[in-house]
Amino acid sequence: MIDLLNKRVRLMATSAAMALLLAGTPQAFAATPADTLVQGWAFDDIITLDPAEAFEISTAEVTANTYSKLVGLDLNDTSKVVGELADSWTVSDDGLTYTFKLKPGLTFASGNPITAEDVAFSFERAVKLDKSPAFLLTQFGLSGDNVTEKAKAADENTFVLTVDKPYAPSFVLNVLTSTVASVVDKKLVMENAQPVTPSEDYKYDSDFGNAFLKTGYAGSGPYKLREWRANEVVVLERNDSYFGEKAPLARVIYRHMKESAGQRLALENGDIDVARNLEPGDIQAISDKEGLDTTSAPKGTIYYFSLNQKNENLAKPEVKEAFKYLVDYDAIGETLIKGIGTIHQTFLPAGQLGASNDTPYSLNVEKAKELLAKAGLADGFSVTMDVRNTQPVTGIAENVQQTLAQAGIKLEIIPGDGKQTLTKYRARQHDIYIGQWGSDYFDPNSNAETFTYNADNSDEGTNKTLAWRNAWDPQDLTEKTQAALLEKDSDKRAAIYEELQKEVLERGPFVIIFQQTEVAGYSDKLKNYKLGPSFDTNFLHSVSKE
Amino acid sequence: MAISDTNATLRRGESRARRRGLAILGFLLTVATTFLGLLAVTFFIGRVVPIDPALAIVGDRAPAHVVERVRLELGLHLPLYQQFWIYLKQALSGDFGTSVLTTNPVLTDIKRVFPATIELATVGTIIGAVLGVPLGVLAAVKRGSIIDQIVRVIGLVGYSVPIFWLGLLALLLFYAKLNWVAYPGRVDIVYEYSFTPVTGFFILDAAMQRQWDVLWDLFRHIILPGSLLGYFSLAYISRMTRSFMLNELSQEYIVAARAKGLSEARIIWFHALRNAAVPLVTVIALSYAGLLEGSVLTETIFAWPGLGLYITNSLQNADMNAVLGGTVVIGSVFVGINLLSDLLYRTLDPRTRSR
Repeated sequence: MIDLLNKRVRLMATSAAMALLLAGTPQAFAATPADTLVQGWAFDDIITLDPAEAFEISTAEVTANTYSKLVGLDLNDTSKVVGELADSWTVSDDGLTYTFKLKPGLTFASGNPITAEDVAFSFERAVKLDKSPAFLLTQFGLSGDNVTEKAKAADENTFVLTVDKPYAPSFVLNVLTSTVASVVDKKLVMENAQPVTPSEDYKYDSDFGNAFLKTGYAGSGPYKLREWRANEVVVLERNDSYFGEKAPLARVIYRHMKESAGQRLALENGDIDVARNLEPGDIQAISDKEGLDTTSAPKGTIYYFSLNQKNENLAKPEVKEAFKYLVDYDAIGETLIKGIGTIHQTFLPAGQLGASNDTPYSLNVEKAKELLAKAGLADGFSVTMDVRNTQPVTGIAENVQQTLAQAGIKLEIIPGDGKQTLTKYRARQHDIYIGQWGSDYFDPNSNAETFTYNADNSDEGTNKTLAWRNAWDPQDLTEKTQAALLEKDSDKRAAIYEELQKEVLERGPFVIIFQQTEVAGYSDKLKNYKLGPSFDTNFLHSVSKE
Repeated sequence: MAISDTNATLRRGESRARRRGLAILGFLLTVATTFLGLLAVTFFIGRVVPIDPALAIVGDRAPAHVVERVRLELGLHLPLYQQFWIYLKQALSGDFGTSVLTTNPVLTDIKRVFPATIELATVGTIIGAVLGVPLGVLAAVKRGSIIDQIVRVIGLVGYSVPIFWLGLLALLLFYAKLNWVAYPGRVDIVYEYSFTPVTGFFILDAAMQRQWDVLWDLFRHIILPGSLLGYFSLAYISRMTRSFMLNELSQEYIVAARAKGLSEARIIWFHALRNAAVPLVTVIALSYAGLLEGSVLTETIFAWPGLGLYITNSLQNADMNAVLGGTVVIGSVFVGINLLSDLLYRTLDPRTRSR
């Protein structure tokens, strides 16, 4: 019911915005404060701001701007990493030991010095708390029992990480650029830690400041966190003890705004400086408007729909192929995702090592009909699709419904709330699911691990990768995915990923449609407002205002 | 004589006390069963919704063992009736649990959002009553005239036009085009960090702290959503006033008053309206209660951080503790307002007072 209302509200909001466009009146501009950046943004996914626990898209941006890590992505060449807190690092010949030297004289926003001890503590608490993003570190063989040995301070300025297998160094370093590896202020955190009674599930007597950091702050980024109120506001303040160049603006305020039309209104009226969740129509209107501008950057998020292999029709190889011919990629690209995505058919987002930009499929109803006839389904069949009631997936689902009908496939759309469709998907109870997958870290393994890895295809399988959720047994691809992890030679590693993408393109149950482009509309009073290649690289420390 | 009289009084007093005691007991029983029913229904609906609450907490990317651990922590592996019993025990001791979404105790959250809703509902009801009652009286007095027709149309529009549509149009006109009112929200971000509310009722706080610029800004924020809600309660209140007044005006005491030569104004405003006021109080109280529930759509459109928005957001995130806590508040509001209008009834209508 509420969702239905929301949909109506959105529809009305859009038409209201259209009316405004027609009216096109000159207006008096309200102004945001000169030393403050105000962004309109839907951040209802934030549930915690503890870097050891947070794993949501919006949180990634907040954490990235408020904490520092050992290393970060090189924004000029995303296949490389550069030091943040780390001055330099070496990898031992056996590929198991990583030694990081910290830059001298670093301090946290609290004034406490940053030492290798803080780095080790940050790893320790992330592993021991074992929250959602902990697997990023535990996949290197770290566990609650060995983490103090495997990730430790050799001296005040030297941090040593020991991994369990000779992984490709590019893989290890890429993972360390993710927000779970953010360095927290040990002294401050432990002062605020709460005692816990150890139990079978949690063997430690402290919460390592988890409750404190949910809304609190203990970092060293260009901004410090002042306040987060769920679904209302996030406020950042300049960190004057930041080790890099200080941010020109004193404050950044994110206002929670859900609707594209509402963000556009506020941007046009000067109540916000940046609108972050614009739909195609509003993007167009804003880029036409004087005094406003748009900027965009491709993100590591792939939109796809997938065919549950438990459905015997969908499991037929010909049917899988036919579906790939029954999507009107061109029409979707020109309308539904214009400005917010580019057509992309492989599972690695452009920009990552080995990513292929092949787009062999296009709408071909005749070819699809042939394939269906070969599968013994010349008369078509009926099938359902679970669709979360947000754009652009709803629009795409409706578009696909029409093209499928041309080949005799009757698609019933089951609309639902995001968490509801996801619950069903994870229980493998869907026929077709339409959704998106964003890379957890900027390395091809993140997507390969979910699209092509499925070691246990039984219902009891605990690793709920996308392959598992669709009951797809990728056979030898599982092994290849693992082999790619240990390949030290970057070119050879890239070649394995290219092969994996080709295989999924041919026989996978995934119909991949496009790669997301993140767009922001902003007032041209802003200087240096840019979006990064990933959600944790949307940095604000060089943004200034006229 | 004197003794038996005292005895009779005593006996009467005793039976009156017993009657009153029984009435209070009955009332408490009704309240208790209402709340129990309310909690049970909300709780079970919340649990049969096909959303995994553990998933809502840890997100899609969490490894299986993390999801499983959270499920155990939440007690989701227990049978439903046990889960409900545990919840009930905690709720009775004043612990409504912690909101998943905001990570605060639900009570803390409600203490923060409810004043926003009360503020908006109060402004709405004041506007609705102050304008609605005279309009209704006017329509009744000038029955069938053009004024009556106009009031009827105003009422009908207010009653049938969806609030989100009217809200968006109003925003478009008064905010986007004319720039008379402020952007959706409760207070401008400029003041968000210079103004420290004490009671949570911002208007009251700003006035007490003599921060006149803040007060003006608050006014610019509340006036549009407040007027909209006011318009909707106006529509209801004016219609009801009209029919109550028509009823009174056809009574014999009005004819008697006219025959006595009283002025028409005195008859209408003093005699008729006073009698119509009794049921009218219930109408206004109920419409106030309706607004206190948090008008979800108005709060959504105007980004008003009130109870309606809070419960909606929680519902969409399968945050059942918050939804249950909010439901209890709404239940209390209804019971409280009903009680209040009963009391007002007694003050206004001597006949309903028990002797």
